[in-house]
Amino acid sequence: MPTKVEGWKDETYGNEVRERIYEFAEEGWESIPDDEHDAWFERFKWWGLYHQRKGQESYFMMRIGTPNGVLEPGQLEVVADVADEFARGPVDNPEFGGAVCDWTTRQSIQLHWIKLEDIPEIWDRLESVGLSTQQACGDSWRNIVGCPVAGKDKEEFIDAWPVAEQLNETFKGNDEYANLPRKWKVSVTGCSEGCGQGDINDLAFEPAVKLIDGEETKGFNIRVGGGLSRKEPRLARSIDVFVTPEETADIAAACSALFREHGDREDRFNARIKFLVDEWGTEKFRRVLDEEFVDGELRTAGEDLRDEYTYNAGHSHDEDGHADHVGVHEQPDGNYYVGLSVLVGRMAADEVRELAHLADEYGSGEVRLTQRQNIIVTDVDSDRLDAFLDEDLLEYHSPEPGVFMRGSIACTGTEYCSLSIVETKNRMVRYGRWMQDNIDVPEGMTDFHTHLSGCTASCAQPQIADISLRGMKTRKDGEPVEAFDIGLGGGLGENPQFASWVEMRVAADEVPGYIRNLIEFFADAREDGESFREFIARHETETLTGLVEPEETSYTDPFMHNTKMTWYPYAEADDMDASPAPTNDQGDPLPSDD
Amino acid sequence: MVTSIHQLDDGAWVSVNDSREVNVSDLWQLACSDVCDCEPTDFLAEGFVEVSVARGRVKARIAGQCIGCGADGITDWLELGRADPETGAFRSVVPSSVHCPGSHRRLAADE
Ligand code: HEM
Ligand code: SF4
Ligand SMILES: [Zn+2]
Repeated sequence: MPTKVEGWKDETYGNEVRERIYEFAEEGWESIPDDEHDAWFERFKWWGLYHQRKGQESYFMMRIGTPNGVLEPGQLEVVADVADEFARGPVDNPEFGGAVCDWTTRQSIQLHWIKLEDIPEIWDRLESVGLSTQQACGDSWRNIVGCPVAGKDKEEFIDAWPVAEQLNETFKGNDEYANLPRKWKVSVTGCSEGCGQGDINDLAFEPAVKLIDGEETKGFNIRVGGGLSRKEPRLARSIDVFVTPEETADIAAACSALFREHGDREDRFNARIKFLVDEWGTEKFRRVLDEEFVDGELRTAGEDLRDEYTYNAGHSHDEDGHADHVGVHEQPDGNYYVGLSVLVGRMAADEVRELAHLADEYGSGEVRLTQRQNIIVTDVDSDRLDAFLDEDLLEYHSPEPGVFMRGSIACTGTEYCSLSIVETKNRMVRYGRWMQDNIDVPEGMTDFHTHLSGCTASCAQPQIADISLRGMKTRKDGEPVEAFDIGLGGGLGENPQFASWVEMRVAADEVPGYIRNLIEFFADAREDGESFREFIARHETETLTGLVEPEETSYTDPFMHNTKMTWYPYAEADDMDASPAPTNDQGDPLPSDD
Repeated sequence: MVTSIHQLDDGAWVSVNDSREVNVSDLWQLACSDVCDCEPTDFLAEGFVEVSVARGRVKARIAGQCIGCGADGITDWLELGRADPETGAFRSVVPSSVHCPGSHRRLAADE
């Protein structure tokens, strides 16, 4: 039997939801019928609106999908203005202030505390500069990810930006593929470093070359069924198909039609394409694709570039081309792009506005978001590069961050997210600072990835980090406290590897001590020139467990108590009962109806 | 009134009459659970796998793990609370008091 969510989607979904959002916005929060909340909030996702967690009713997270992370000139300033005006909650975040933008691990933008009544105005402003929230969440084509410096990279194999753009144009708002069994995440990589992270997407286009009619033709091999969510991480698997750049939209249509028809609509836990690939195997997938969804012959795969992949492969950013995109890099046109490290991907609205001005002043006005939650200013004039690097904003959001700042990623967590078990972003900021101040960086260690996720959905991609942190709980002196499972040794590259989970339920205030002890151990025990990833790979999971101890240190953690039980973890009066939500268009509490 | 229940967002929460009532991340004390041998099982709720309601009594099977011993599993049917058949108002049980999943057989859904 199809799930309830499928029933709601059958009734109304996709483009048509927009009209209803306008009506609700016009008439206010209370105009959404009480017995239709669940159905509408499920549908709202298709338009990039996610109802925030319990205690924050009537407030929405809004996601803006920026294909390949590209923000064209003029767009960033509008994002800053919208955030400043509309993304302000009842209480400020003590670390970041009152109105912030989050750069996400899928090269999108998230705003929080959005009120229903403001959505039409926000859409007007975003859409006036070509930005959109369409399909940013929900069961359809999500934001397309890729190498964020596509078209600006001296070494790139193929410029995949036009391909991503074309896919975006073809599939955003396309009713044929609007209602899929579950989310559909697509990655297009044109560089030879693998930074599109195709391995963890539902559908991946990866650079390859194939002899066609005697000619070496550049294009893409196709993989399907990657993803990290739940405790079921999968790498995307090759289906032995090569396409030229011109053929990508057709094959993508075929793959998403296959998913639409054969994905599991009876069990949302089993709906992602990764499970269909598990069930069918890649040969059957290819056969069904060929027989039912593709006109003409499928080509077999070309020769891929996977043995050149260096992105998140445990190497130093000094050795490799664009590496994690942080820092100063020359473009083929002689201009530069400058990647700024944004700790946990969060910037205050006034910083975002300042950055928009700097991008205009020193570059073309374009900026790009990376899958490491960072932002790149492109097209910086070579004459003005030094002046740009001297700007105050770059002192904090630095192109030359410390090792631990550079490597940190954190998801949304208990601040807003229903699934979360623990507080994430503010904690990762504190971890990052403490690590920077208290851990001696071993010789030659220039990169160290800490990915912190608040639950098993794995939005911060914990399984592909040097240190993986996944939200948990434990007891300390009998009291429940926030904690993490700790994994080691994950990463991508030629031989992608998911982390091995080695320490379970470590109290959150003992994690920095664990990491310090581990890095000290590594520094002593490593072989000559061995990288951290190599060091971990050389050991069995059993050996890694208990290798070093978690430990309390000078690090203090203000979020040890069950932050999910609060209405907002940083509020002075944080009890669920103290929540002002749901509120009206002015943010004033609405009378409760019971 | 008929009690309507949904388990949404990958099982992140249970909605009763379109109001979000029970969340993942709570710690449940379970006596007589088959997740592990701890007495009680100190169970972190990580996802609601199935929900049912009969005569206002809302039950669920919850995926998660015992934070005492680390064993993970899915509980038997566990009562989450009761919805008033007249007003629809939901009164949740207190997760941190001791519960015994499966002690009442699953009752037919009445929605
Ligand atoms: C307000 C609540 C939430 C926030 C703020 C949030 C935030 C995020 C972010 C920042 C990402 C990565 C970026 C992106 O897709 O652009 C993400 C991905 C993801 N989210 Fe959420 N999320 C929320 C709720 C949820 C819920 C309810 C679910 C489950 C139904 C979920 C499941 C996931 C999964 C599975 C991924 C990606 C992991 C993969 O690659 O498979 N999130 N979310
Ligand atoms: S990993 Fe979990 S806690 Fe973090 S944003 Fe995703 S769903 Fe929320
Ligand atoms: Zn790249």
